[in-house]
Amino acid sequence: MTDQTRNDRDRSPHFVNKEPWDPYVAERLTADQERYYMAGQWKLMWWRFRRHRPAVVSAIFLALIYLSTVISEFIAPYDLHTRHSAYIFAPPQQVHFFHEGEFIGPFVYALKTTRDMQTLQRIYTPDTTKPQKLRFFCLGDPYEFWYLVDGRFHFVCPPEGGQFFWLGTDRLGRDMFSRIVYAARISLTIGIFGIALSFALALVLGGLAGYYGGWVDNVVQRITEIIKSFPHLPLWLALSAALPVTWSPLLVYFGITIILALLDWPGLGRAVRSKLLSLREEDYASAAQMMGAKPGRIIARHLLPGFMSHLIASATLSIPSMILAETALSFLGLGLRAPITSWGVLLNEATDINVVAVNWWLMFPVVPVILVILAYQFMGDGMRDAADPYG
Amino acid sequence: MLQFVVRRVLLMVPTLFVISALVYFIIDLPPGDCVTAQVDELLARGDPDAMRRADELRQLYNLNDPLWLRYLDWVSGIFRWDFGLSCQDTVPVSSLIGERLALTIVMEAATIVFIWTVSFVIGVYAATHQYKLGDYVASFIGFVGLAVPNFLLALVLLYIGKVYFGLSIGGLMDPEYIDQPMSWGKARSILEHLVIPVIVIGMSGTAGMIRRLRANLLDELQKQYVVTGRAKGLPPLRLLIKYPLRHAINPFVADIGGLLPDVISGSVIVSVVLSLPTTGPMLLGALKTQDVNLAATFLLFVATLTVIGMLISDLALAALDPRIRFGATSEK
Repeated sequence: MTDQTRNDRDRSPHFVNKEPWDPYVAERLTADQERYYMAGQWKLMWWRFRRHRPAVVSAIFLALIYLSTVISEFIAPYDLHTRHSAYIFAPPQQVHFFHEGEFIGPFVYALKTTRDMQTLQRIYTPDTTKPQKLRFFCLGDPYEFWYLVDGRFHFVCPPEGGQFFWLGTDRLGRDMFSRIVYAARISLTIGIFGIALSFALALVLGGLAGYYGGWVDNVVQRITEIIKSFPHLPLWLALSAALPVTWSPLLVYFGITIILALLDWPGLGRAVRSKLLSLREEDYASAAQMMGAKPGRIIARHLLPGFMSHLIASATLSIPSMILAETALSFLGLGLRAPITSWGVLLNEATDINVVAVNWWLMFPVVPVILVILAYQFMGDGMRDAADPYG
Repeated sequence: MLQFVVRRVLLMVPTLFVISALVYFIIDLPPGDCVTAQVDELLARGDPDAMRRADELRQLYNLNDPLWLRYLDWVSGIFRWDFGLSCQDTVPVSSLIGERLALTIVMEAATIVFIWTVSFVIGVYAATHQYKLGDYVASFIGFVGLAVPNFLLALVLLYIGKVYFGLSIGGLMDPEYIDQPMSWGKARSILEHLVIPVIVIGMSGTAGMIRRLRANLLDELQKQYVVTGRAKGLPPLRLLIKYPLRHAINPFVADIGGLLPDVISGSVIVSVVLSLPTTGPMLLGALKTQDVNLAATFLLFVATLTVIGMLISDLALAALDPRIRFGATSEK
């Protein structure tokens, strides 16, 4: 007790501010800065991604085109398989707005068919006296929406008593535009499914190799080396030639997806492995191990989130090569088969250059392929930059 | 160095063995064999001898043997330059592939040289003239090269050539030289016809290489030793070649190993589109008719080419960089 009082007496009087203490008094954060400092990792990435203009535009474009695959039946004016035997190899019909200087809304001129008696080829000429108005939000070709619901409702239909081949027709008189719209469904999803499968393979195999090391690592490393040192296209060809002809088109679709993924995972798997190798030495990994966490939990819960964003970015960058591979295989006639239609299957019709030289519109499926690949390239670049928002 | 070379060469052997077995197995995988289609055709024509003929053919191609026996037969023959019989026309595979292999090697070597020289020149120019017009043009070409798949490029070029210039750029020599012995005229004709396929196949590879060389060189150009050299008054060209370029060239050489599979993949599909007399179209046909010996030989050849190319790039890298020659090699 006496000690206590003496201490109190010895202590020099000093001033204590009664007001609450503000740690930011030296450097006041602006509202913006505060928002930035408090933001989570994914939010930061989103902000970084938004700054990359081409990537944002590409992402919007891709979102729209993927949305269109959900409602292909509605967008396409015709069915995938509707044949117009009177309009074989009809050229694209231009959409006009003014007829003889008078505005009458979007319309096409009727096609007049004559036959060249020398070559016996049909010649189509627009009949400029007969404007035919396009119909919008209308009833047209019947379809089964997602093979579930019957419907006839289309965004745009051919005019009454006329036809509307915006991108021409092929050798069976099928509308190219409708076919491209339907084919997007297959071409675009095969990239997504393929990359999902390849991603899973890479996570499991790369994860095993990176976490366990030793002989597991050795085996996985040798496999990836062999796959990487072999040109992919010939191997893809061999594998897809091995798919039995008796398989249904749907099975072939899944078969091709699996084949694409089988040769694609080593790149991602390598990234997973090298990241895991360095991360498993971190203190928090050892801590988790000592607390008795199982390897699966440590990998999935503690290590993977550390580089998931990088993985997603590099996976996005390899989607275009998947889409291209499918296009190439189908183009060569070893990929998907009719009635399943992808852009590659459509391009398969353009293999004979003599046919294409006369009917140039058969090359149209090239355009969406290139656009989608460019968009993925830009978006992937943006995502890769954004994947490390602290850099 | 010798030890390094020997070890790399020895590593090639098991890799090729695994690939050959895998490839042979995969091609044989689908039900039926190459005789099935031929017999179906005979049956359709109502040939009464069809079944007997099928048995004869199967006997001839040893198709009744188990797979592993046929594989061993084929593999052991390779060392005698005997690849078995092609199922299509009952001729030895070795007589079918000779010229095609040679032309393939010529085409792929030309493509690699093209990619190398073009991307080297453009890459260095783009890096030293950053944000100038030339740099933007190079980047633009790079993007087009990456985005336009090469078989579509080939298709478009074929179309343009046909419609606007009335020439067919298919084939790899003028028609009069086909099946002729090698001569100066033939060699010239081949070289002329090589230009388009080489550009088409090399396009995407060139684009990637330009991007990487530019990035590497830009990193080096910002370092202090370059500033020091410039301050000392070294002539710009000498400064560039003597110091930063040497650093930037290393990954460039290492990339060739990764480039080769792409080039070979590209050459297969482009030669199908342009109908070049290389391995591509014949491989495709053999795969479609399940001609196991022929297809497997082509695939093995393609794999060998890749592995040898990788070896060359590794050796070049080792010659360039003493750290690789003396240090731990495989792990990075």
